Formats: sequence, structure tokens, C-alpha cells
Amino acid sequence: MSFSWKNIKRRTNLLIGSALVMFVAGMAVFAPLLAPYHPTEDANILYSEEPPCEQFWFGTDIQGRDILSRVIYGSRISLSVGLFTQFMNSVIGIFMGLMAGYFGKWIDDLIMSITNILLSIPTLVFALAVMALMGPGLINVFIALGVTNWSYTCRLTRSQVLSAKRLNYVMAARALGYGKFRIMFNQILPNIMGPILVISTLGVAGAILLEAALSFLGLGVQPPTPSWGGMLAGAREKLFTAPWISIYPGMAIFLTVLGLNLFGDGLRDLLDPHITQQK
Amino acid sequence: MTNALLEVEDLKVHFPVRKGLFQRAQTFVYAVDGVSFQLNKGETLGVVGESGCGKTTTGLAILNLVRATSGKIRFKGNDISEIAGLPVPDQMRIRKELQIIFQDPYSSLNPRMTLNKILHDPMKIHGLYPGSERQDRIEFILKKVGLTPEQGKKYPHEFSGGQRQRIGIARALSLDPQIIIGDEPVSALDVSIQAQIINLMVDLQEEFNLSYIIIAHDLAVVEHISNRIAVMYLGKIIETAPVAQIYHRPQHPYTRALLSAVPIADPRAGRHPIILKGDVPSPRHPPTGCGFHPRCPECSIDCDIKPPELRSLGKEHYVACHYA
Repeated sequence: MSFSWKNIKRRTNLLIGSALVMFVAGMAVFAPLLAPYHPTEDANILYSEEPPCEQFWFGTDIQGRDILSRVIYGSRISLSVGLFTQFMNSVIGIFMGLMAGYFGKWIDDLIMSITNILLSIPTLVFALAVMALMGPGLINVFIALGVTNWSYTCRLTRSQVLSAKRLNYVMAARALGYGKFRIMFNQILPNIMGPILVISTLGVAGAILLEAALSFLGLGVQPPTPSWGGMLAGAREKLFTAPWISIYPGMAIFLTVLGLNLFGDGLRDLLDPHITQQK
Repeated sequence: MTNALLEVEDLKVHFPVRKGLFQRAQTFVYAVDGVSFQLNKGETLGVVGESGCGKTTTGLAILNLVRATSGKIRFKGNDISEIAGLPVPDQMRIRKELQIIFQDPYSSLNPRMTLNKILHDPMKIHGLYPGSERQDRIEFILKKVGLTPEQGKKYPHEFSGGQRQRIGIARALSLDPQIIIGDEPVSALDVSIQAQIINLMVDLQEEFNLSYIIIAHDLAVVEHISNRIAVMYLGKIIETAPVAQIYHRPQHPYTRALLSAVPIADPRAGRHPIILKGDVPSPRHPPTGCGFHPRCPECSIDCDIKPPELRSLGKEHYVACHYA
């Protein structure tokens, strides 16, 4: 395996990506310690729309709340939505992909048809429809994003299973009397986790962007709970008069997604032996 | 016939070639097309033939890793040709008795499992040996195949090709089977290692009273290990006989050609290899009559009309040729 420190050190994207991700994760975990103010309760209309200054590093919003504190707390929503929905997507996608790839025949046709239908609908539109049906709220965001976006994982898993199941150790396992599910989960799955891990990492970034979009459109996390997308929505009208209200949450989204993408790319480079050898 | 451990009768494996919008099977690849043989207790049957003649498919079909299109496979008189349809306990009992060693020692071991786990899991699945004795059993098997118990904690990539093949043998032995099918067990190894593995297999055969079906294309390997040899061509057995008979009195023109190609370690020995013309016909469109007739140096007018049956020449020697 290429997980040696020497190999990791050579992947600049992996290092920068994991530094950014760890920074955001640290923000989420230690939010109460880091934030100088309470994100919702320390609203003071006298300090409305203050530009960045010594007292409020990132300035304040229309209601006079500290933007730095709200950005810090917002990371909790973004990361939890990203991780949780991608976890759900991965579980569904891996299971469906294993079934489709291993059993083939009509099960494969059925599952592939479902993914084709899901892929033909833009994810945001689909999530919007689900949110419109269930109403806004954090739990519903989890559900809407968690069940709509597993097609890529499913297809990737299926293709990996198709190549892995022809390998001799799977044949040997069948000859030794391993059951179908034991072969799928014990023999095949551990050997195809690499690419799935990579696509899941990239999926977290996608989920964070989708959550931001939903909140921006008013269907996601409801105010006053701080979320980066929601903060952008509120700042839209003040884009020119008080740009700091939108710049900082926007930067937070940008850096988090960038970090996750770099991390995912770096992970892929690390797991792909061809690239490891070239560099 | 009665004391045969394994009997294969008219085994056919035809793979459909699916084409068109509705994926209908339009043609078939006749990979195995009517193979019959039997294997006695403690015996080694060598199966030889060119690439694509159906040797491997025959082996996989016996283990039910490839579904047989038709034909019977009997183990100790019980039909095992459709074991996927049997109740799970029966399935497991049969799986335990028939094991396989693969050609490629790299793809045949799960890279994410330690040697201990590779050997432990099958015993656990079959409920063999009490949990506390399994580790002893693993160490016993490891010693038998020439590995040390300390190596049990390692992963397959930490071993060399020859060692990996020993692990493959150990895995097949873990269930204490009666029959082991070796699908070209040494052809991926260096010549020096080949001899070690072959000798190991011979030793294990004596100790555990195993029966082997050794699939190979290297006649020297098969000669050393086998009691009987079956020569396959285009999905059929064309000649089968005890090893000495095959090597000294080959009857089928194809067997003669095959044997004449074996190198002799003596530059002065006058060797006159029979060079066959043409290639093996596609198993998708096998020739009419005798499958070998387009390439046969002794072909006559009958050969492309009437398929020859496998007939006895006495002393367990069977041949499928009109002129043998």
C-alpha cells in the first residue's frame, strides 16, 4: 500500500486539502470556544451592518450579529449536512451497486434503470421537489440530499464489482463455500473501497454546495440558525453596500469545497498506483 | 465404474453469445462439448490441450463455478451437477470435498486478507474443528506446505509467486478435501519453483490421500504427476490413457503432434516435430464431423461427415479417431 508518509508528503493537493478540511472541522467542533459572540442572541441593532473592524473582525449583518461567529457556527451545519448525506448516499449506493454488479440479470437492469432516471433529473431540482413536499428544515435537508444523490456511487461500485467478481479469489471463495453476501461484503467490498472513498469525499463537497443552494433558496436550514447558504441569501440585497456580509460566508463555502476536492483528488492519486509511480 | 470417486458424463458447457437489442442468445461458444471421464480415489488425471480447448471450463464446471449446460457430474455416486439448487447444508458438504488451485498466484488470493484469515474463514464457514483447534490446524497446514506459522500474519503481497502458490494449496487443503483440481497450478511459476510445487503436491497427495485433476498445457509437468492423461481438443476428449500408454503409443494424430513438440534435452536425438497446419477452429463454429479434421495429416473423406466416438483400445486406452 502506498500510505507511507513519503508518498503522502509528495501530494501537495492532499496536504493542502486535508489542512483546509481539518481547519473547518476544528471550527465546527470548537465553535463555542472560538466564536467571540453568540451567533443568534448577540444581535444588537445599534451595530447593524458594521464593516470589519477591531470589535467585529468580519463585520456585522443587518441585525447586528457578528459575522465571524455566524461563519464559525455555520460550519457545523455545512459539515454535518455534507458528511451525513454523503454517508447515506454511500450506504445506499454501495449496497445497490454491489447487488447490481454481483447478481446481474434483472436486478442489474432494474437498479441501473433507477440510477438512469435519477441521473436524468438535475440533483438540485430533485432536492427542491423533495423539500417542497416535506417542507423546509434541517432534518428534511438530510433526507432530501441523502436519498437523491447515490447514483454515482452506485454506478462506480457496480463497475468495480463487475471487474472484481471475475478475479480468481472470488472464484476460490465460491468454491470454498462462502455465501453470496459474505463474498460481496467480505471479499469484494474491501478491495474496491479505494475509488468509492474518493468519490465519497468529492460527494461531501457536492452535498455542502447543495445545502448552501437550498438554504439560499430558503428551503434549507431556517433562520436564525446560521448556515452559509442562508447567510448569502440574506446578504444578496446588500451585495454592493455591505459586501462583507456575503463575502465571508461565500469564502467559507469556497474554501471548504476546495479543501474537500483537493483532499479527494489527493486521495485518488495516492490510491492509484499508476500515478504514484509516475511522479 | 463403481469405485470411481468422480464421474463426469457427457458434460457440456455452451456459452451464449448475446447480441442485438433484446440480448437474445444468437450463437453459442461450444467451450465443453461432451466430455466424459472418471477419477478414482488417490489417482491423478492430467488434462492437456491447447489454449481454448475447454480444459479450464471443464474444471470450473465440475466445481459448479460455471454452470453446465447439460451432462452429469457424480461425486461418490451423487449427482452434483446442479449443486446451486441443493439445500445449503448439502451444498456445503460437496463444496468441502472439491477444491481448486488457480494458475495465477496473484489474483487468486484476496489482497486484503492475512494468511491466517484466508485459512481460518473457510473452516469457520464450514464449522470444521472447534474454534480453539483451528489455529493449530492452520499451523499444521502451513508447515505441510512449507510455510512457517509466523508468516500467518502477513498479507499475500508480502510473499513471492511460489510462496503464494503454496498459500493457494494451503487454502485448498484447509477444508480437508478429497479432490483438488489444479488449473495450471505451476505454469505461472519459474521452472525451478515449478518442480518444488509439483513435488509438494505429490507429497501431499500421499499424505492426505487426495485425488487430483491437473489441468496443464505443459506435457512434462503432467507426465511427472499423472497416472492417466486426457487430451482435449475443441471441447472434447480425443484420447485418454494411462500415462505410459500416451507417451509411448499415442494413437490420435493430435496427441502425436502434441508429443512431438515436447523438447528433448539431447541435441543429437533426432526429433521430427509434426507441424500442424492452420489454427484451432473457433469453438463458436466447430467443424463438422471430427473436430480435428481440418488440421489432421491423416484426414480422409469420412472425417468431415461422421464425428468419431471415443472407443476402447483396451487397457483403459480410449481414442476418438476413425483410423486409430
